[in-house]
Amino acid sequence: MDTTLLFIQFLNGMQLGVLLFLLAAGLSLTFGIMDLVNLAHGSLYMAGAFICASLTFWTGSFIWGVLLAIPAVALVGYVTEFLVIRHLYTRSHLDHVLATFGLILVFDTSVHLIWGSQGIAVPLPAFLDGQVTLFTDVVFPTFRLVIILAGLLIAAGLYYLVNHTRIGMLIRAGASNRTMVSALGINIQFLFSMIFALGAVLAGIAGMLISPISEASIGMGNQIIITAFVVIVVGGVGSMKGAFIAAIMIGLIDTLGRSYLDTIFKLFMSSNAAETSAPAVSAMLIYILMAVVLALRPQGLFPPKARG
Amino acid sequence: MLKKLLSISLMLGVSTISTAAALAGEVKIGFVTTLTTPAGVIGKDMKNAVELAVEQMGGKMGKLDINLIIEDDGFKPDIGKQKTEKLVKQDKVNFVSGFIWSHVLMASRKTVLDAGTFLISSNAGPSPIAGKLCNKNFFSTSWQNDQTPMAMGEVLNQQGVKSIYIMAPNYAAGKNMAAGVERTFKGKIVGKDLTKWGKDAQLDFSAELAKAKASGAEAIFIFYPGKAGGAFIKQYQQAGLQGKLPLYTVFTVDSIALPKLQKAGFKGVLGSRMTNFWAPDLDTPQNKLFVSSFKKKYGSYPSFYAAQAYDTMYLIKSAVEAVDGDLTKKDEMRKAMRSANFPSVRGKFTYGKNGMPIQNFYLREVVADADGVWTTKIIKTVYTNHQDPYVKDCKIK
Repeated sequence: MDTTLLFIQFLNGMQLGVLLFLLAAGLSLTFGIMDLVNLAHGSLYMAGAFICASLTFWTGSFIWGVLLAIPAVALVGYVTEFLVIRHLYTRSHLDHVLATFGLILVFDTSVHLIWGSQGIAVPLPAFLDGQVTLFTDVVFPTFRLVIILAGLLIAAGLYYLVNHTRIGMLIRAGASNRTMVSALGINIQFLFSMIFALGAVLAGIAGMLISPISEASIGMGNQIIITAFVVIVVGGVGSMKGAFIAAIMIGLIDTLGRSYLDTIFKLFMSSNAAETSAPAVSAMLIYILMAVVLALRPQGLFPPKARG
Repeated sequence: MLKKLLSISLMLGVSTISTAAALAGEVKIGFVTTLTTPAGVIGKDMKNAVELAVEQMGGKMGKLDINLIIEDDGFKPDIGKQKTEKLVKQDKVNFVSGFIWSHVLMASRKTVLDAGTFLISSNAGPSPIAGKLCNKNFFSTSWQNDQTPMAMGEVLNQQGVKSIYIMAPNYAAGKNMAAGVERTFKGKIVGKDLTKWGKDAQLDFSAELAKAKASGAEAIFIFYPGKAGGAFIKQYQQAGLQGKLPLYTVFTVDSIALPKLQKAGFKGVLGSRMTNFWAPDLDTPQNKLFVSSFKKKYGSYPSFYAAQAYDTMYLIKSAVEAVDGDLTKKDEMRKAMRSANFPSVRGKFTYGKNGMPIQNFYLREVVADADGVWTTKIIKTVYTNHQDPYVKDCKIK
C-alpha cells in the first residue's frame, strides 16, 4: 500500500474529524448539560459561514472575516437562546424537536432573504491558498492543515475550560445535577445562555472554516448535523472527551472508507459493481458504527461520570 | 350607489368572460425544475429563461394564451413524480417539460407518457429514455447524457492524453457521463470515483483528490453540476493540482458557477476546457437575441440550462402553431416537433427517432469577455451532427 497516500488520507480524515468535533462539542454541551435537543445547531454553523463570507468581502480579508464573525455568531446564539430556546427547557424533548425544527426553517428562509439562494464562494488569502510540503512527497493544502491545527487548539482550550476553570466546574456540575447547582445559588439561567452561545460559536467556527473549501450555502448545516448527532451518540452524550474521540474516529472512518473501500470491494466483485456500491457502503459505515456502539454500549463510549 | 353596483357587476361580468375565454383558448405547460435546495440556482436560471421566452412571445402561442405552471421537485425523484402527477391529472396540462435531473425524469416519465401527454426534457438525458424506453411523445431540447462526455473523450485523444482519472456523482447522469468518456477515450482509465449525490451530496473531495494525484493520471475528467462544481474547482486549486493534473469537465463550469468563482478570485478556472452543444457566443440569430435579451433582463450570462429551457418554449410554440391552436391534433403536433422546425439557439438541427437532437458539439474555454466578465467561448467543433449511441435500442419507427 502507498504509505504517502495513506498518510495524506489520514490528515484528510483528521480535518473532517476536527470539524465534526467543533459541531459535536456544542451539541454535546447543550444536550448533555441543558438536556436540550437542538436540531437547529446546524443553522448556527450555516450562520457562521454566511456572516464570515460577508465580512470577508467587506474587510477584504478572510482572517478579519473570521475574527469579526465570532462575536457576531455569539450574538446570534444569545438572541436565539433568549427568544426561543429559553422557553423550552422545562418542556419535553418532542417540543424541543418541533421548536428547533421550526428554527431551521426560520434560519434557512432568513438566509435566503438576506443572501439569496445562490450561495457564496469565500476567497482565501494567498498564504493559505497554497500547499505545504510536510516531508518529501507529502504535499498537503495549507488551509486544511490550518483547520486541523485550529481544531486541535480549540479542543485543548475547551479541555482546559471544562476541567480547570470555575466555569468548567459549573458546567460539569450542571451536567451531573442541575437542581443541586441552582440550589447552591448559581444563576443557572445565565450559565445556560452562555453555554448556548459558546456552542453557537463553536458551530459557527466550523462553518467559517468549511466555507472556503465548499461554500456558504443554504441548508449546509442540515446535512452535517446528522453526522454530529452520530458523533455524540457514539462518544457519549455530555462528554467532551467522548465527542472528541468519536469525531476523529468518524472523520477517519468516513475518509478512509471513501479512499479504500472500492479497492477492497474490487477484490471480490466486478469493478462496475464495486464502483457503484462502494460510495453507498462508505456513506453507511458511520451508521453501522453507531448501531454497533448502541448495541454493545448504549451509554456511548465515554459517558460522563455521575449523571443524576 | 346604483352606479357603484353597476360598475361592480360590470367588473364581475368582464372578469368571468375573460376567464371563460382563457379556458377556451389556452395552452397549459407544466415545467418541473428545482427551485429549493442549493440546486435551486439552476432552476432559477431556467425559470428566468422560460419567462423571458413567454414575454417575447407576448404571452401567446398562435392564438392561444400561455398558461405556465412551474413546479419545484426539491431535488428529489419522489417529489418530482408527485408534482408531475399533479400537473398531468389535476391541471391536465398539454405539455410537461423541464427536468434537470436524470433520476427525477426517470421517476416521472411514466406518469406523463401513460397519459398520452407530451414530455419534453429541458436538460436530463438518461440513456434508457433514448434507448429501450424511448417513446414517440418524448422530445429533448438538450442532449443524451453520453454525448457531451463522448465529445470530451475525442478531445482528450486529439490532445494526446494517455491516461485519465474520472470523478462524477453516483447517480444516473454521473454514470452516463463516465460511460460516455470511456466510450470514446482511447487511453487508460487509471481510477474512477463515484461520490455521494442528492440532498446531502458530498462537497468535500479531499480523499478523492489525493487518490487522483497519487494515481499518476495525466489528466482528470469530472462532471459536477451546480454548487458541487464550484466546490470542486476551489479544492482542485487548493490542492495545487493546476498544471500537474489538467482539468477537463462537462456541465461543471457554467454561467452559474463562474460569477461566484470570479467574485472570489479563483483564477485557476480561466483557460479550463469543456465540451458542450452550445455557448453564449454561438453565432446564430436566435442565440444572439436570447443572450442579449437575457443579459439585459437579468444582468448575467445565461447558462446552458437556460438556453435549453428557452428552446423548450419555442419547440412547444412550433407544435401549437402547426395545428392552429387545436390541441386535440396530437399526431400533427408530434410531426411538427419531430421536424425541429423552430428557431433554436443552437441553429438548425434534426431529431432522431428517439426524440434526441442530432447536433454539433463544441470545445469551449473559459475566458474573460470584453467587459472582464468570465464566460465561455467556442474554440472548435468536435462533432458535427452527432447522434447518441442508444438510438439503436429504440424500437419505434
